[in-house]
Amino acid sequence: MPRIEVDANRCKACYLCVSVCPKKCLGKSKTISKKGYFPAVQERPQDCIGCKMCYVMCPDVAITVLKD
Amino acid sequence: MQNDVIAPENLVYAKPKLMNDTPMHYCAGCSHGVVHKLVAEVIEEMGMADKAIGVSPVGCAVFAYRYLDIDWQEAAHGRAPAVATGIKRCWPDRLVFTYQGDGDLAAIGTAETLHMLNRGENIPIIFINNAIYGMTGGQMAPTTLIGQKTTTCPYGRDPKLNGYPLKITEMAAMLNGTCFVSRQSVENVASIRKAKRAIRKAFQSAMDGKGSSLVEIVSTCSSGWKLSPVKANEWLEEHMLEFYQKGDLKDTTGY
Amino acid sequence: MTEKTLRKGNEALAEGAIRAGVRFFAGYPITPQNEVPEYMSAHIADEGGAFVQAESELAAINMVYGAAATGTRAMTSSSSPGISLKQEGITYLASADLPCLIVNVMRGGPGLGSISGAQGDYFQATRGGGNGDYRVIVLAPNSVEELGNFPKLAFDLAEKYRMPAMILADGILGQMMESMAFNFDPVDPNKLGKFDWAVDIHKNGRAKANVFSYKGDNLIADVVERAKRYGLIEKTEARFEERNCENADVILVAYGLSSRACLEAVNHAKEQGLKVGLFRPITLWPFPEKQIAALAGHCKGILVAEMNAGQMIEDVRWAVNGRIPVRHYGRFGGIVPDPSEIKEELIKFANHAE
Repeated sequence: MPRIEVDANRCKACYLCVSVCPKKCLGKSKTISKKGYFPAVQERPQDCIGCKMCYVMCPDVAITVLKD
Repeated sequence: MQNDVIAPENLVYAKPKLMNDTPMHYCAGCSHGVVHKLVAEVIEEMGMADKAIGVSPVGCAVFAYRYLDIDWQEAAHGRAPAVATGIKRCWPDRLVFTYQGDGDLAAIGTAETLHMLNRGENIPIIFINNAIYGMTGGQMAPTTLIGQKTTTCPYGRDPKLNGYPLKITEMAAMLNGTCFVSRQSVENVASIRKAKRAIRKAFQSAMDGKGSSLVEIVSTCSSGWKLSPVKANEWLEEHMLEFYQKGDLKDTTGY
Repeated sequence: MTEKTLRKGNEALAEGAIRAGVRFFAGYPITPQNEVPEYMSAHIADEGGAFVQAESELAAINMVYGAAATGTRAMTSSSSPGISLKQEGITYLASADLPCLIVNVMRGGPGLGSISGAQGDYFQATRGGGNGDYRVIVLAPNSVEELGNFPKLAFDLAEKYRMPAMILADGILGQMMESMAFNFDPVDPNKLGKFDWAVDIHKNGRAKANVFSYKGDNLIADVVERAKRYGLIEKTEARFEERNCENADVILVAYGLSSRACLEAVNHAKEQGLKVGLFRPITLWPFPEKQIAALAGHCKGILVAEMNAGQMIEDVRWAVNGRIPVRHYGRFGGIVPDPSEIKEELIKFANHAE
C-alpha cells in the first residue's frame, strides 16, 4: 500500500500537493505545526496510488512517498 | 521525519540526498523550492555531487547554499555569470552553474549574462522569472508584464512610463555562444518534469563542452503577486505563459 | 633572479605577475594600462593560465572574485575610472576573505579625467571606495623594477592575510622603460599548496565550501576578526624607504613616481648645504605611521609632495599629530613635478620652518 508522509517541520501549508492529488486524498491538518502552519496531511491513505505527484509539486520537499 | 526507520525497499520517493534538513526560507508555494529540488536531483543523477559549484545570486535565492549540499559562491547582484566564468576558467572539469532571478539576470546583470552566454562559456544558467523583485518586497522587474501591478508600478506597468517586459531568453537564443536555450515552468507536475529534463540537458551540455545554456523557469511569487500559491499558479498559466511562451528556443546539443 | 633587461613598466608588471604565479587575468581596456592585458593575452596561456577580456570592469573584478575562490592567483588591472567600477568586487573579495591582486595604473581624475599619470587615487586606494569595514594592502612602486617585483610581494601578503592587495602605480611608471631585474625565482602555483578555504568540493572528506559575503548572524564576529587582522598588519607590515632622514631638518614625504623627483630634489638641496631627507612609504596601507611619528620627533618640518591636490598629507598629519609643520606640494592634471621646483619649495619651506 503506498502512502505519503508530510514533514511538518518543512511544510508551509501552500497546499499545492492538495491541488494536484488525482485521488484527492490530501487535506489540511487540524493541528498547528511548530512553525505555525496547518500542514498538509494525507486524509485518506487508503486512496493513495503512490503517483508521486504531490512529491513533485511540493516546493518545500516536505513529502516522502512510501509503500508498505 | 521518520526516514531513519523506513526500509529502503519501501521508499518510493524522498528528498534528494543533496538537499539537507534545513527548512527553506522561501514563502509558501514559492517556485524556488521546486527548482532547487530539480537542480539537486539532476546533479545527483549526473553523479556530479563532488564536482558541482553553484553561483548564487542576490535576491531570494541568495541562500541557496544553505539548502543544497554542493559548493557555492555567492555573487554580487547581477555578477553571477562573471563569477562563474572566473571559476570555470580555472577549473574546467567542474560543473559550474549560476542560479539567477529576473532582476539579477535581466536588469542589473544583463551585460554579464549576455556576454557570458555569448562567449560560449560552458556554464548553464538557471533563470527564475517571476516578474517581480521578491526579496525587496515586490517591486517592478524587467520582466513584469504590461498592466501587472507591483509596488513601484502601483497602477500597473505602463510601457510609456516603464518600458516593456524584457524577453532576455529570446535574446540569448540569438547568440552564437549558446547551445541550448529553453523556457519552462513549474506550475504543474507535467511542467516540472519537462523543466527537469531541460535542466539536465543544460548541465550535460556544459560538461560536454558544447557552450553556454539558459533555462528560464517561469515561476510564481505568491507573496509578491499577493495571491495564494494555488491562485498564483493559475495566474501564471493565464498571464505569464501567454507572454512568455514555453519551449526550446534553441537546441544545437544534438542529444 | 634575472639579468637586467630593459622593460616597459606595464610589461614588467605583467611578466612579474606571471612569474609570481598568476594564472587568471581578467581586464578591460583602458589607457594607460593596456600593455598589461595585452601581455597577459599573449603569455598567460603558455603557463596554463586563462585570460578573459571582460565586457566591463565590473565583470572583470567579479571574474577575479570567482577565480580567487578556486585558490588560483588571480588579478585584474585597470586605471582610475576603471578602478572606481571595480569597487563593488573589491568589497566582496574583502568580505569573502579572498586574496587577489588589483593593479591601478593611475590617470588624472575625477571623472574621465586625463590619460596622463597622476596620484589622485590615494584616498580611493587606502580608504576603499567600496562599502563596509574593509582594508586593502596597497603597494606603491616607484620604479619599473619594483613594478615587476611587487606582484610576488602582493600575493605573498594577500595570501598570508587572506585579503585583496593593490599595486598603485601611475601612467608614467606604466609607460616608461627602465633597466630592471626580477629578484625572485618564478613561482610554481602547483607548489603553493591547496588552500583549505577554496571552493573545492568534498575533497578529502571535508564539508562543502561556501564563499559568501552575506554574513547575517556572523557579520559582527567577522568584522571584529578582520579588524584584529588589520591591526596586526598595521603593526608588522609597513614598508618604507628612508634617505638621509637621520639628521635632516626638513623631510620630504613622497611615494611612487613623485618620490623619484623628490630624491633628485633632495640630492640637489644637499649639494647646497641643506639638511634634507626623503621618506618614501612603500606600503600606503598599512601606512608607516610610527616611522613618520618618529621623524617628527627630530626634524623641523615635513613637506609632502604628491601628484594630487593633497591626499596622503592627511595620513602624514595624523602621524605627526601637530608636533611640527606639515605642508603640501602638489602638481596634478597629469603634470609630474620637476626636481628643481620641489627643491625651491623645499628651500622656501626650510627657511620658513626655521
